[in-house]
Amino acid sequence: MTSRIDQTFARLRAGTRPGLVTYTTAGDPDLSRSASILKALDRAGADVLEVGVPFSDPLADGPVIQRATERALAAGGSLRASLALVADVRPHVSAPIVIFSYANPLLRMGIERFAQQAARSGVDGVLALDLPIEEAQGFRDALTAVGLDTIFLLSPTTTDARIRRAAELGSGFLYGISRLGVTGARDTVASGAAGLVARIRAVTSMPVALGFGISRPEHVAEVGGYADAAVVGSALVSLIASEGGSPALIERVEEYVRWLKGDHVSLESSVSRSGAL
Amino acid sequence: MASTINRRDPDARGYFGEFGGRFVPETLVEPVEALERAYFQVRDDEGFRQELDRLLKHYVGRPTPVYEATRLTEASGGARIFLKREDLAHTGAHKINNALGQALLAVRMGKRRIVAETGAGQHGVATATVCALLGLECHVYMGVEDMERQALNVFRMRLLGANVRRVDGGSRTLKDAINEAMRDWVTNVEDTYYLLGSVLGPHPYPLMVREFQSVIGKEARAQILELTGVLPTAIVACVGGGSNAMGIFDAFIDDPAVRLIGVEAGGERIARGRHAARFAGGSTGVLQGTRTFVLQDEDGNIELTHSISAGLDYAAVGPEHAWLRAIGRAEYAYVGDGDALDAFQTLARLEGILPALESAHAVAYARKLARELGTNATILVNLSGRGDKDVNTVEDALTARK
Repeated sequence: MTSRIDQTFARLRAGTRPGLVTYTTAGDPDLSRSASILKALDRAGADVLEVGVPFSDPLADGPVIQRATERALAAGGSLRASLALVADVRPHVSAPIVIFSYANPLLRMGIERFAQQAARSGVDGVLALDLPIEEAQGFRDALTAVGLDTIFLLSPTTTDARIRRAAELGSGFLYGISRLGVTGARDTVASGAAGLVARIRAVTSMPVALGFGISRPEHVAEVGGYADAAVVGSALVSLIASEGGSPALIERVEEYVRWLKGDHVSLESSVSRSGAL
Repeated sequence: MASTINRRDPDARGYFGEFGGRFVPETLVEPVEALERAYFQVRDDEGFRQELDRLLKHYVGRPTPVYEATRLTEASGGARIFLKREDLAHTGAHKINNALGQALLAVRMGKRRIVAETGAGQHGVATATVCALLGLECHVYMGVEDMERQALNVFRMRLLGANVRRVDGGSRTLKDAINEAMRDWVTNVEDTYYLLGSVLGPHPYPLMVREFQSVIGKEARAQILELTGVLPTAIVACVGGGSNAMGIFDAFIDDPAVRLIGVEAGGERIARGRHAARFAGGSTGVLQGTRTFVLQDEDGNIELTHSISAGLDYAAVGPEHAWLRAIGRAEYAYVGDGDALDAFQTLARLEGILPALESAHAVAYARKLARELGTNATILVNLSGRGDKDVNTVEDALTARK
């Protein structure tokens, strides 16, 4: 059976536009607006929606996503609420949905139980940030059993042998981290990013999405030159933070994604004004 | 020199039974493996051993004495109580044993920039000290709440040339300082060594920190045998992450008659957010690189903790402790803020020793145990640190009591 993620990347490879993966935290600024945001991202043409599960100790995240996590937890965010959110929006969005979580909430729910509930909620894939390949076998088997993709992170420090292992164990796509460090928007795409993608391409034909530090359409276009998709996280979360109190939040999010995708909408000024970039 | 390889190594993936492992973000996998390779090299390297032993003797002041606390024994009414005086080590706590070992390893690995976390400030001070000694750049992350209650240690670190970095996320204590130190490491991994201060984190840290601290137990076992001719009935040590406890337990693991007792922080009471007794209120989880006992809620979020002592105020415990408890080799109890405070004053007045508030938890438990065990028994307490850093906290607590 071809997964929704496989279909999406097959479509992207057949076309000319670079793919766009978005990250938002479930429950930021609250659960109902999270649902509206996911629908807006889908409408605006995001190709994969990553839904971040808020966790008390996000040690791989920079300040922007740390603050989003705090807002989401304060608004009642949790793994269970994240799955309920996915179930809520699934009928309304066409893009595949990937749960992006730290390991502990998943382990606390129980890997098998999580896999079943995620599948029932309409989740397509799962990325567990601190479950590297060596710790992920049981997790991957539980996801595979219910037809979900297991997505692995690859970093500039990942050896070729481990890239090969991630390609064997993972499915859907591989998520390349363009630079060392925590999540956060930067002015330029890291110089080593293309090299990492080339190393991945050398061992697998699996699609590659590249993230960490991407915030502008020219970044998306640049990354699209060698990867299958670019991931935008912190810049989008910044926009949600600065527009969180505004009735125009959903509209701004939609505009921002269209702008990232290269649609000629005259929104750069409004996005820039928001302070997100 | 295969003989020096410790028989209690975790398995190849860093597990002690079902506890331990290596739950780190992808970027840290290779650096942690490189650290393991480097550590396994130096642990069998005679030159490294000699350099470390020389500094432990001439710089740290080892061996630290074992002292029979006769007036405390009399006042407690039971077993003879002995104190392993880690408070007399340079910088005033056992933390220097590990800081020195890891800093020498960092130099061997060619890393000149050191990051560390600290709770009570003792590991931060020890790290700042060895960085001054070896000419290394030093950054210490510390929660804002801990900076307030351990202001003296903040100043000491700065005097030693360290950059103390405020952490005001989360609970603003040790857990958050570790998060921030790991964020620094993941960003600067090429030139930076993360000098973790307890038997926590991803493999090989729990093993490595235990081995650098095992000098405590090696000395203490020989010293107590010389003083009493027999092994002690029980060893008592406080457990935050658990490095001083692992350090003294290690030499007695194969003496099944010796009870090994870890004392956690009972805080105000065993209720959500009011204590740090992981074995009283916790369950298995993954935090900061390791699978162990963790205080967490039903969604897997880490709970807030409380203890009068910053060094015990942490939501997880070293994985080897979780394993020793699971196999029944060690026992764990807890002591609350009030009893720790009483023990602090008692030891000061009867023995002229101000213990760290962390160590005061072990003293409080030992007094109770002494009555239970009776006069034929002996108890060896690891007095892991001195209490000068805590005098303001103690003064405030005593004032509040009145």
